Order: sequence, then structure tokens, then C-alpha cells
Amino acid sequence: MSPDLFFQYLFAGITYGSIYAVVAIGFNIIYNATGIINFAQGEFVMLGGMISISLLHFMPLPLAIASAVALTMLIGAAIEILFIRWLQSPSVMRMIIITIGISILLKEVALHIWGESIRSLPYFYGNEITTFSIGSVHISPQVVWVILASAVMVAGLNLFFKSTPIGREMRACSANRTAALLCGINARNMVTLSFMLSAGIGALAGCVMSPITYTQYDSGSALALKGFTVAILGGLGNSGAAVLAGILLGIIEAFSVSVVPLAFQDAISIAILLVILFVKPHGLFGSGDAARLKDF
Amino acid sequence: MKTRNYLPLIGLGVLMVALHLLTVWTGTQYYLTQLTMSAYYGLVIIGLGVLMGYAGQISIGHAGFFAIGGYLAAALTTRNLEPFAQNWWVQLLDKAGVIVHGQDIYGLSQMTFTPWLACIVAVTTAGLVALVIGIPVLKLKGHYLAMATLGFGTIVYRIFLAMPYFGESDGITEVPGFDMLPFLTISGDMSHRVLNFYASWTLLIVGMLFLINLIGSRVGRALRSLHSSEEAAEASGINAGRFKLKVFVLSAIYAAVAGVLLTHYNGGIGPSEASMAKSVRYVALVAVGGMLNLWGTLIMGVGLTFLSLRGVFGSFDDAVFGTILILVMLFSPEGILGLKLRPLLRQLIIGGRA
Repeated sequence: MSPDLFFQYLFAGITYGSIYAVVAIGFNIIYNATGIINFAQGEFVMLGGMISISLLHFMPLPLAIASAVALTMLIGAAIEILFIRWLQSPSVMRMIIITIGISILLKEVALHIWGESIRSLPYFYGNEITTFSIGSVHISPQVVWVILASAVMVAGLNLFFKSTPIGREMRACSANRTAALLCGINARNMVTLSFMLSAGIGALAGCVMSPITYTQYDSGSALALKGFTVAILGGLGNSGAAVLAGILLGIIEAFSVSVVPLAFQDAISIAILLVILFVKPHGLFGSGDAARLKDF
Repeated sequence: MKTRNYLPLIGLGVLMVALHLLTVWTGTQYYLTQLTMSAYYGLVIIGLGVLMGYAGQISIGHAGFFAIGGYLAAALTTRNLEPFAQNWWVQLLDKAGVIVHGQDIYGLSQMTFTPWLACIVAVTTAGLVALVIGIPVLKLKGHYLAMATLGFGTIVYRIFLAMPYFGESDGITEVPGFDMLPFLTISGDMSHRVLNFYASWTLLIVGMLFLINLIGSRVGRALRSLHSSEEAAEASGINAGRFKLKVFVLSAIYAAVAGVLLTHYNGGIGPSEASMAKSVRYVALVAVGGMLNLWGTLIMGVGLTFLSLRGVFGSFDDAVFGTILILVMLFSPEGILGLKLRPLLRQLIIGGRA
């Protein structure tokens, strides 16, 4: 493999990896707040892309993306209020089945609104063939957008959870729900908020990646599986590690293209998921002792 | 084991005959085709029902086992062995009488495996895959188990979709009929329709009989004890892992048998049979029927599958199943039949005597 090709793969890996990381963080936010894995996480990404593509007919690109993110956040809140908020200590299997049902419903709604056609947002800067070069490596400006947006989201979330009052309240709820309630924090609203946040970052990721990966009504499922792989790889609930794990998975996937046929690319990341689940279910960076206390 | 437990089986047999007579009487024999298909899907669903309800393990990958059965049966009975005719293993198999010599649609000579061999290979493969996958997977719980089985299903789907041997996105067509018994051919041919209907429903009844026996046996009691408290069960010397694994393999075999027979009946199989949507549908049907209510699972599974196959839900097919899934899980996690009807029925039936 020539050095040029190596860097080309590397950049592709980082691009996809940062998207996976954002999806994984979406999983983590909801998991930390509720202990639920939201199987509809990938659908938020799809909705973000689809809604922004439709809104683009009426408004300029930045406004369309902002509105799409806001709308998806509302959808996320609606889902939580309708399907999750009022359940009293539901079993894990029940929650799995409900979120899977939501994922199917969102997919079907998208299918009936947007059809089976593959859509995409235009490139934010330039077009498909615009590239800039570092040495002899060519990079599309959209790649920079994706990486930048992911980095901003990760940094923003970090800031939000560490230094805003609401962020601190959310962390308090995930650390100890009863104690948080006793301190006067409305834990239920925090859960709704976690769904909104998770939907919001998913939607934004869906917008920035749409020009490169395209958006289709069922493009969420594969992304959700990979996002989950990354979340597990980094240790469920650990968003900092998810970034590293995401980029790692992205790079593995990108380089796997040079070894196995493209059609098997998804199978590779899922195989990684299975291996990690079997061998090290607490993740590469997680603590095994802490994991033993959790219910896998 | 009380005879009371077997009474519904006789009822199912009566229903089978009644359904046939009803279609004859109303001149709607074409319903038999979908009823046959529903019975095969019913087999998948009751197998999964025991796994989810009694062993307490969710599997969002059962379409994978169905597809392993169907695809292997289809590939082995349609892919031509003629190019390998000189190989020693083909000649050996030929001598063993498990190779059919025929002609393809262009009149060229063709060698394929007999459906019986294909069936045995397909079901055994599915069982072995379930065993190999099950050992690590069933150590997981909750979300991890769900995601792992989902991942397994997706890998199977991708493999069938990517391999030219399995027809890629076209799947495999022109699958021949399966001369299972001297008088019985599993195929979609009109002349075999009534016999196929009886064959599929008989298989469903036998499958149900076996599961009822299983639930009533030592294994079933062990499984129920697992459901209420795994620690307590293990403390009383029940090897939880082994029981779970057995049921997992058994349910995979049910799915694979259904896959093999339905593929011969339909004359083909496509990658959608392995898709996540199918796996989720099976889970939905088990949930609707009630996790610990095998009869409910059977009734709702066969009934809703029949409606779906008749195209009652139109293009909203998956949406209907998603909605049902959510509604049942929100309002009646014991299944539709589990909540209000059962005490009511029990009162009606036993109330007078007690």
C-alpha cells in the first residue's frame, strides 16, 4: 500500500469513525439517563438528514439544518413522553421491544413520506469533485465539515455536562436517581431532555454526513449497529472513550476494504461487535470490576 | 402430564379440517396457499416463543436461522454439480444415491443434491450455527443479548446478499419440489395444494405437541425456575446455561425446518427472508401472543401472518407490526390474550364446575 493510499484510507476512516462516535454518544446519553439502549438511535440520524433535505426547498442550508435538528429533537421528546415516560420500572426486554418498535415505526413513516429514493444534501462547500490537497492526499471539504461538526458536538456536550446547571443535574440523575430526586431535580424531565439531546446530535450528524453517505429511509439501522459497537467498544456510558473507539472502528472498516469485498464491510464491524461482546463486554477502556456490577 | 394439556391439540386438528372444509364450502381454496405458509411461519414463532417466554432469552436474529435453512435447501437442490462430476466426492455421493440427475430449463443435463439430503444438511447447519453462536451469546443478558442476536442476523443477511452462490439480491428461484414421502410432495403446484396444507398444519401440530411436552417436562420446570430467579435455580443445581442453549438450538431448528419447507413450497427464497424486519416481526408476534402463553403465540402468530400474507395491511405491513408491537408492550406486556381474556375464559369454562 502506497503512503498516499494509506492516508486516503486513514481520512475516510476518521470521517466515518467520527460519525459512529456521535451515534455512540447518542446511545450513551440515553443509557446514562435511563439504563435503556435506544434501538431507534439510528433513525434520528436518518430523520435529521431527510428533514433537512426537504426543508432545503424552502430555506437556505444553515437554517434547514438548524430546523431539522430542532424538529428531530421535538420528535425525540415526543417519543419519550408518549412511549417511555409513564412506564413504571419496565423490564429490560420490554424496553428493548418498545424501542425496536419505535425504530420500525419511524422507518415506515419515513418510507411513506420520502419513499425509497436515495437523497442527499448538497455539499456545504464546493461540490463532489472539489478537493484540497495536503501533499498528494486529496480531501473533500465535506470531510472537514464532518470531523469539525463531530468535534464541536463532543466538546459542546462535554462543556454542557460539566459546567451548566442542567448538565450537572442530568449527571446527578444518572449517578443516583433517588438522591437527585431528593435534591429537587425533576428526573423525568432530565430523561426527556436526554432523548432530545440524543436526537439532536444524531440529527446533526445525519445532516453533515448526508452529502457523503446519502440518506435513505432505512439507512439508520446499520448506523445504529455500528454506533452501538462503538459504544460497547468504548465501554457503555463512557462518551470520551466512544470517540477513540469510533475512530478506531472507522479506520478498521476503511482499511478492511483493501482486504475483503465491499459487500462484507458491514459484516466486519458486526463481527467486531460480537467478538467484543463475547470477550470484553465492558469495553476496551472500561473497568472489568465495575462492569461485573452491571446487568449485561 | 395431564390429558387436559393435549385437548387444544385436538382442537387444532379439528380447526385444520374445519378450515379446509370452509374454503371448499365458500369456494375460496386459494386461501389454502397462505394458510400453508402461515403454518410454516407459525412453526418459527412457537419455537421463538419458547425461547423468549420460557427461557427468557430474546433473539432478534431468528430470521437468520430461517434463512440458513431455506437458502441451503434452495442452493443444494438447484446449483448444478455437473462441473464437479469428475470429483471423487461427487461420484461417492452419486453412488450413495443422494444426487438427482435432471435437466435444466435449457435442456442441459444437471446434477443436484436430493431435497432430503439438502434438508438434513440445512437443518443440521442451522442447529450447529445456533450451538456455536449460542454458547457465547447466551452468556449475555438484556441489551447485549438483543444486540448480539441482531448482529448475528445482520451478518447472515449480508452474507446471503453478498454471495453469488446464493443469488445475491435476487435470491434463489426454480427450487424443485420436495418428495418428502411417497404420496407427499412439498411444492407450490396446484395439484398438491390440499395435501401441502395438511402437511404443514400437521407439522405445526406435531411441533406444538413436542413443545408442550418439553414445557411440562423436567426441562420446562427448570426453564420456569430460571425465569423467576436464575440464582435460585442455579443454587438448586440447575445448569442454567445448558438449558438455555438447548432451547436456543431447538428454536433455531424449528426456524430452519420452516425455512426449508417454505422454500420448497414457494419455489424460491430471497434475502428479505433474512432481514431484520422479519426477525423483529417474529419477536412482535411472540410478544402479541404473550410470552408465557404458547397457545396465544400460536394463534396470534398464524392469524396475523395469514392476514399479512393476504395483503390485508397493504403497504403498511411493517408499520402495522411495529404499531402492534409497541401497543402490546405498552399496555399489555403479557400479550393480547394474556390480559383480560384469560381470566374471563377460565371463569366461563371452569367457573361452573368449581
